[in-house]
Amino acid sequence: MSRALRQRLFAAVFIPVISVASGFVVAGLAVVVTGSDPIAAFTALFQGAFTNPRAFPETLVAMIPYIFLGLAVALGFRAGLFNIGAEGQFYLGAIFGVLAGNSLHGVPGIVQIPLALAFGMLGGFIWAAVPGLLKARFGAHEVITTIMLNYIAFQLTDFLINKGPMSDKHSTAPRTPFIDPGAQLPIIISGTRLHLGLILALLAVPIVWFLVQRTTIGFRIRMVGFSQGAARAAGISVAWTLVITMGISGALAGLAGADEILGVSHYMPSSFSVGYGFDSIAVALLARSNPWAILPSAFLFGAMRNGAAFMQFQTQVSSDLISIVQAIVIMFVAAPVMVRWIFRLREVPVGGIQITQRETAGVTRET
Amino acid sequence: MDLTVEWGQVHALLGENGAGKSTLMNVVYGLVRADSGEIVFDGKAVRIGSPQDAIKLGIGMVHQHFMLIPPLTVAENIILGHEIATGPGVVDVRHAQQEVAVLSKKYGLEVDPAVKVQDLSVGIQQRVEILKALYRGARLLILDEPTAVLTPQEVRGLFDVIHALVKDGAAVIFITHKLAEVIEVADKITVMRRGKVVATTTPKESNQAELARLMVGRSVLLRVDKTEAKPGQVLLTLKDLTVQDDRHQVAVDNVSLEVRAGEILGIAGVEGNGQNELVEAIVGLRMPRAGQIKLGERDITHASTHSTLEAGLGFIPADRHRMGIVLELPVADNLVLSRFDRPPFARFIVRAFDAVREYAIKLIKTFDIRTEGPEQLAGSLSGGNQQKLVVAREIGTQPKVLLASQPTRGVDVGSIEFIHRRLVEERDNGMGVLLVSSELDEVLSLADRVAVVYRGRVVAVFDQKEADRDRIGLLMAGAA
Amino acid sequence: MDFLGHLDIAGFVVATLIAATPLVLAGMGGVMSERSGVVNIALEGIMLTSAFAGYAAAVATHNLWLGVLVAIIAGMLIAALHALLSIQFLVDQIVSGTVINILAVGITGSFYRTYIQNSSLGGTGVLPALHLTFLPNAPFIGVITLAALALIPIVHFVLFNTVFGLRTRACGEHPLAAETAGINVYLVRYSNVILSGALAGLGGAYFTLQQIGNFLPNMTGGRGFIALAAMIFGRWTPVGAFGASLLFAGADAFSGRLQISGVNFPYQILGMLPYVLTIIVVAGAVGRAVAPAADGKPYKKS
Repeated sequence: MSRALRQRLFAAVFIPVISVASGFVVAGLAVVVTGSDPIAAFTALFQGAFTNPRAFPETLVAMIPYIFLGLAVALGFRAGLFNIGAEGQFYLGAIFGVLAGNSLHGVPGIVQIPLALAFGMLGGFIWAAVPGLLKARFGAHEVITTIMLNYIAFQLTDFLINKGPMSDKHSTAPRTPFIDPGAQLPIIISGTRLHLGLILALLAVPIVWFLVQRTTIGFRIRMVGFSQGAARAAGISVAWTLVITMGISGALAGLAGADEILGVSHYMPSSFSVGYGFDSIAVALLARSNPWAILPSAFLFGAMRNGAAFMQFQTQVSSDLISIVQAIVIMFVAAPVMVRWIFRLREVPVGGIQITQRETAGVTRET
Repeated sequence: MDLTVEWGQVHALLGENGAGKSTLMNVVYGLVRADSGEIVFDGKAVRIGSPQDAIKLGIGMVHQHFMLIPPLTVAENIILGHEIATGPGVVDVRHAQQEVAVLSKKYGLEVDPAVKVQDLSVGIQQRVEILKALYRGARLLILDEPTAVLTPQEVRGLFDVIHALVKDGAAVIFITHKLAEVIEVADKITVMRRGKVVATTTPKESNQAELARLMVGRSVLLRVDKTEAKPGQVLLTLKDLTVQDDRHQVAVDNVSLEVRAGEILGIAGVEGNGQNELVEAIVGLRMPRAGQIKLGERDITHASTHSTLEAGLGFIPADRHRMGIVLELPVADNLVLSRFDRPPFARFIVRAFDAVREYAIKLIKTFDIRTEGPEQLAGSLSGGNQQKLVVAREIGTQPKVLLASQPTRGVDVGSIEFIHRRLVEERDNGMGVLLVSSELDEVLSLADRVAVVYRGRVVAVFDQKEADRDRIGLLMAGAA
Repeated sequence: MDFLGHLDIAGFVVATLIAATPLVLAGMGGVMSERSGVVNIALEGIMLTSAFAGYAAAVATHNLWLGVLVAIIAGMLIAALHALLSIQFLVDQIVSGTVINILAVGITGSFYRTYIQNSSLGGTGVLPALHLTFLPNAPFIGVITLAALALIPIVHFVLFNTVFGLRTRACGEHPLAAETAGINVYLVRYSNVILSGALAGLGGAYFTLQQIGNFLPNMTGGRGFIALAAMIFGRWTPVGAFGASLLFAGADAFSGRLQISGVNFPYQILGMLPYVLTIIVVAGAVGRAVAPAADGKPYKKS
């Protein structure tokens, strides 16, 4: 095996596998410390994710937003942008989705569904293009602005659905009314909640891959991610590329939000996301920003999220345990130096993960 | 390699860019570790593992890029790491300022200790750097290219300081690639080439010509065979161009120049005299404050980089790694960096990899880029081949005007010759070439006309025939 | 009008001061960390961990002061992990901070369920407080709030007048220059990140040991990010962070009062205030907030 191939394998396969395994080992230790049985806990996690009745379709349902959101964050990484705001864009996509899904009545789904999804994408696009614009125009760091926009999105949602203009006047709970039945995504396996969104998500993967690897837009994105200086000298508008990348990233996150409304909840509750957008950072990191690798990564996170509820019910081990797994996974994926140190590996792989690069690492990004 | 420096002497370390001078001195200062060999200081073998070790021994270094912290005051910068404290770790500002004032006076390095470094001129910042070293008790002072950014008056002041230090018994290592300075200030000269010492001599035993020969490694300096230029119509016009730098200071001051078809106009000048800003303004990376830039008949004064390149400008940037190529992308992608989005390299928004590859293979062959193939990452090519890649890309588009900024910096001699030959060939085919180089010899051997810049102004323009090296040298230095 | 009639200025000021406590503490932690060149978005996770650890220790030892001590130590430990990842292993500092935040949710959530939620120990009571009898309604000000107020000038002095502070600022602006001046950049950055953990840890103790005497999952509720906003809005200075904390906490307290009074005003607008202001400031609309030049950049010795 050539050295280059070995290095690629190391980065693409060995590190993620070791990361996930280590995540479970550390989480298992935490279970032991809290006085429970880790084997029982992880067995329950597995049952809840795969083998219980209807568990597997539910895992797939949980995987859907992770695919869209993971792609969203990964796309940002490619341009050297750290979109921590996927959560907020997810919310905006949901709000816009509800808005569209509630506006037309008696119109067939073939019209309503694409419209509502497109609206969701628009919501996410706006919410992400703003930080893109602020970065391009004023150099405002996207990590800070997207964090802030997350919280603004939460407040905005609360305003809209808690006795606000979008709230359901007939309900005491802070939530929106149900969307029009015509706007709901059809179920693809009856007896489950598995909806058409899975097909859309599976389609999104090759589309994003094609966008990044095969189109001129993707080339611009990658060039800006690698070297803003060279991009500028080649006549590429770095500012425009940053805005567009953030916009597309946000549109994917917004699509996830609208899809969740149209496919699963059918209305917007006050605790809508419970952290899908934040988890997606881990999804993208584990996949090393490779669109295809988002699939197994999202699947793992969907399974963990789905299985965790049953684990908590069955063994009294908190579902928050999966957060420990996630944290360890990101830690290992992001620190190849540490992995080599812990496992005493000699070979030096190239780069590690491409998150932010030369000119865009850190808050003031200059070389 | 061996190097012996004596107390009370100025020891010049002479060599081209990339000859290893700075690396050697970084080893002495503990910033870079040596693979083998030893350092003997004051008769004792010493281990210098960090700058702390070097400082303790009495070694000070003034880096080419100043190691000053702009938002801190002069006094804070000077005492940093060796603070004067009262009570438990509290900085005694007044005491520190007094100490600095005393040192300033002793060596004639006047500077206000209470001012923030970011508000000082480059020359004064250098004084702060020297004071910083002296404050730490430096007896051996290493100056890395100290005159690169200075005005002639400031250079004079620096030499006075150096003489005062040496008189005081200290030793100074003076790193440079400027021959005249070496002759003027050094007691002893060591010439380096490609990491090796090629000669040690004194100003009395040697002269500029011999030093140049030692430094470059051949008796004739970069002779380029070329015929007389046959200039045609004007292709690039700069009219009363004024450009500001990042700090909003005028960097290009009312410059008017013309580049004609079939000629090479060379811009000679010490680095930092507005060349970068001029280049950036032409390419559309920096908006001029006043004046006009025309490419052919087209006004590109306020055009974006994209439209400027589109209008027929080829651009070889000075900083290859930051602007010339994308290290992480394959050679093929790098060869179409500014044209990837138009036919035949793309259909609508879909890239056409076959066309890119085919084109790349052609250019790789024509320009003799040594690579494993178009898929090889540009970052893994040698410097010379990376530069040939950039040249290939920019000439490959057959622009009307080629703007070549430092086109052979940090490149091996073989590649230099190749690139020079290509530039002359393109000239002969009717391209207009604007060559910006801080290597005077490069300008003199390539250019048909030479414009000398000093502090953002064009101080003189010569035909190649009447271009006299010494006279241009004086003009570059702001004399005459 | 009716609403204004009920407005009790002194009470409002005190409520604001109290609500500002965790913000200013974590905000000052952020100042120290970022002034040395390490971006710290882990403040949220540090506070959450410390809130939990302080509470657990107080429950176990029946000593609230020990609880405070443990909260501070826990904050330092988890900050040390951030330092290890970002300084030693060169992990992107944002990623490292994200790891800490997620880890904090995982650890506190898991342990809460086993040790606290179903235990009979719950409820520790709260730390002593200063009773301001001379004010209308005689409000209380807890010790952590008092400590925070005392720490503001101290942190300011340390940062701008001491050798440690000078070196900290040097490392955050130009670590290579600091190194050539003979400073151990790693040591300075480690110290500051761990110090920021101590400050944020004390902020975490506020939630459990001063505010309610109990622990609830995710009880910091994003205050770490508001603290981050306060740090930026306060231009990376302790006094500035304090001012911003007061502003943000004041908006919060005001919106709480609005809700109670039943005035029909979308209080969420006030809730957005810290975030909107921070965006405006980082975008440079009202005087630019300039981060330390090397903030967020890993430093690697050659």
